[in-house]
Amino acid sequence: MDYQSPLAKVRGLGSAKAGSHHWWLQRITAVALIPLSFWPIILLDLSYNGSYQETVTWLASPLNSICMIFWILSVFYHAVLGLQVIIEDYVSSEMWRIAAILCTYLIFFFLMLAAIIADLRIILAG
Amino acid sequence: MVEFTLPKNSVLVEGITFEAPEGATNIRRFEVYRWEPDSGENPRIDAYEIDLDDCGPMLLDAIIKIKNEIDPTVSFRRSCREGVCGSCAMNINGKNTLACIKAIDSYKGTIKIFPLPHMSVVKDLVVDMTNFFAQYTSIKPWIETQTPAPSDRERLQSKEDRAKLDGLYECVLCACCSTSCPSYWWNNDRYLGPAILLQAYRWLVDTRDENTGERLDELEDPFKLYRCHTIMNCTDTCPKGLNPAKAIAEIKKMLILRQ
Repeated sequence: MDYQSPLAKVRGLGSAKAGSHHWWLQRITAVALIPLSFWPIILLDLSYNGSYQETVTWLASPLNSICMIFWILSVFYHAVLGLQVIIEDYVSSEMWRIAAILCTYLIFFFLMLAAIIADLRIILAG
Repeated sequence: MVEFTLPKNSVLVEGITFEAPEGATNIRRFEVYRWEPDSGENPRIDAYEIDLDDCGPMLLDAIIKIKNEIDPTVSFRRSCREGVCGSCAMNINGKNTLACIKAIDSYKGTIKIFPLPHMSVVKDLVVDMTNFFAQYTSIKPWIETQTPAPSDRERLQSKEDRAKLDGLYECVLCACCSTSCPSYWWNNDRYLGPAILLQAYRWLVDTRDENTGERLDELEDPFKLYRCHTIMNCTDTCPKGLNPAKAIAEIKKMLILRQ
């Protein structure tokens, strides 16, 4: 028999005093991605249609390399914030939810580092 | 939590059809969700054919006619029959609304009447609102002040400040919006839902209230507030024409502005 009052259940552990920062960062990264997304589009275009040297030279220029790294940071951060929201929506078990969010963060941080280092290697070697 | 499999007692079976009286010319078919907790059987859809020439204009009139003249076992909530009490909220042809302010004429063909979605059914069209009203209590829907009330008059408010409550105070807590929200379906144990957040905003913008900061503190939570993903079902379904989605957006704005 459950004798806990409905109000006690609803109030639960109280407010986490968090969430606004997460929500705001997701908006900021979304806005940043609008102009930044032109750089990976150009890079993809070059990868298919340009020569290897042409692509590397384009990527090694200061503006292009900075924008590509900025895009990598924004896109991975935006993606991990969004995935966290999706996991919180659909996974109700506390344990699985925390585990899934933790794994997502680790995987995306790893992928982000890999992308940046790959980019830097091209820039420094180019 | 999202549910991929149907819980017990979800599969509908065909029920009884009550045919229209002989000589009726203006017949409309109403299919009503029926479930009795004591029988242990799955819910069934009973069909009632009604002569609209001998029935009031609103959906609630038809449901009351069914209960009074055809089948007294049908259970539903109703009180004011004019959209003020919020009791007769139900899902009609797939959309939550108040049966008392929805005209039968606004629908074509068979009308399907179901209880509010994703709520525990008590019987037939009556759902368990315990959690919903506990959530309402949790936002403290009353004025909170430190300054004592003036001894000779009410707490005053300018006309402009009073106007800020328009579009908020009209909410009758029928729960049409909250029960149309997928986020509320999956996480109603922690997410407050559009109706309660609209009510929370009603107290946040009330200039007479002195507890705005504490109210915002209470709402700043990934689940209580930020489960809203601007799906807009709430605004789309509100039978009173209110905009809970905008109220939620305003709360998020207040939380950013105070940073």
